[in-house]
Amino acid sequence: MIALSDYLIVAAILFSLSVAGIFLNRKNVILLLMCIELMLLAVNINFIAFSHFLGDTAGQVFVFFILTVAAAEAAIGLAILVVLFRSRQTINVADLDTLKG
Amino acid sequence: MMGFEKFLFYVFSVFLIFSAVMVITRKNPVHSALFLVLAFFNSAGLWLLAEAEFLAIALVLVYVGAVMVLFLFVVMMLDINIAELRAGFVRNAPVAIVVAIAMAVELLIVVGPQRFGIDVVAAPEPRPAGYSNTEELGLALFTEHLYAFEIAAVILLVGIVAAIGLTMRKRPETKYQDPSRQVTVKASDRLRVIKMDAEEKAR
Repeated sequence: MIALSDYLIVAAILFSLSVAGIFLNRKNVILLLMCIELMLLAVNINFIAFSHFLGDTAGQVFVFFILTVAAAEAAIGLAILVVLFRSRQTINVADLDTLKG
Repeated sequence: MMGFEKFLFYVFSVFLIFSAVMVITRKNPVHSALFLVLAFFNSAGLWLLAEAEFLAIALVLVYVGAVMVLFLFVVMMLDINIAELRAGFVRNAPVAIVVAIAMAVELLIVVGPQRFGIDVVAAPEPRPAGYSNTEELGLALFTEHLYAFEIAAVILLVGIVAAIGLTMRKRPETKYQDPSRQVTVKASDRLRVIKMDAEEKAR
């Protein structure tokens, strides 16, 4: 039998890997966006596992909304990326210092 | 039969973790995007094992079919200098590994088998043969969560408008038609009738 903890452990490892990915590729905006997608995937696995083991559909409804928001976020993020590349010819995070933050 | 389910779970999990490692370590962003597609496929398999059939198919359709194609499109359209973007990779690696291991250990302590194991949270009964996951999800979505569903639709609309608004640009060299000028044009603007004497035919 597959236990609830099995799903949670896989999701935890996936989440930690995507955090490591953000540290490793912190200059490349495209890879940062991909790591965020991986994080959302790990969270969604948790939702699905709890929904399955507790017999409650609300978890799956929540995953549905997360997928919606993640799709909108990816579309807007990539649009910003394209505009950024047009004006600066780079997607290096270190070069984006116009606001002196 | 239960043994086979467990076997499938391990196959999907191992491929999921492997492709996640590949996503964060590949030099070429195109390879990263393709491994992310593999990760989505394997987690769709995990979701099928958890009896979330509709969402598993939605994940493949929405993510692999739309979002990842968009990612690949952007990665291939932009001419990026990979070597420059990889500069801090080795320097950041120790920090990343330490943070990831610390986080994984903490999470594993919280969600480990002693709290969420099979003897603590019993596995649910398998659904009967005629059960429809899509129907149940649709019922929950259109009754209890109707407002959230409509807000999600508005969010998608805002996403469309924002993405088009951000990336659209006017190029001076492109020739556009102006419909208001097209409909107000008169025959006298286009055609000029002139009086002239007849000429002899050229030989």
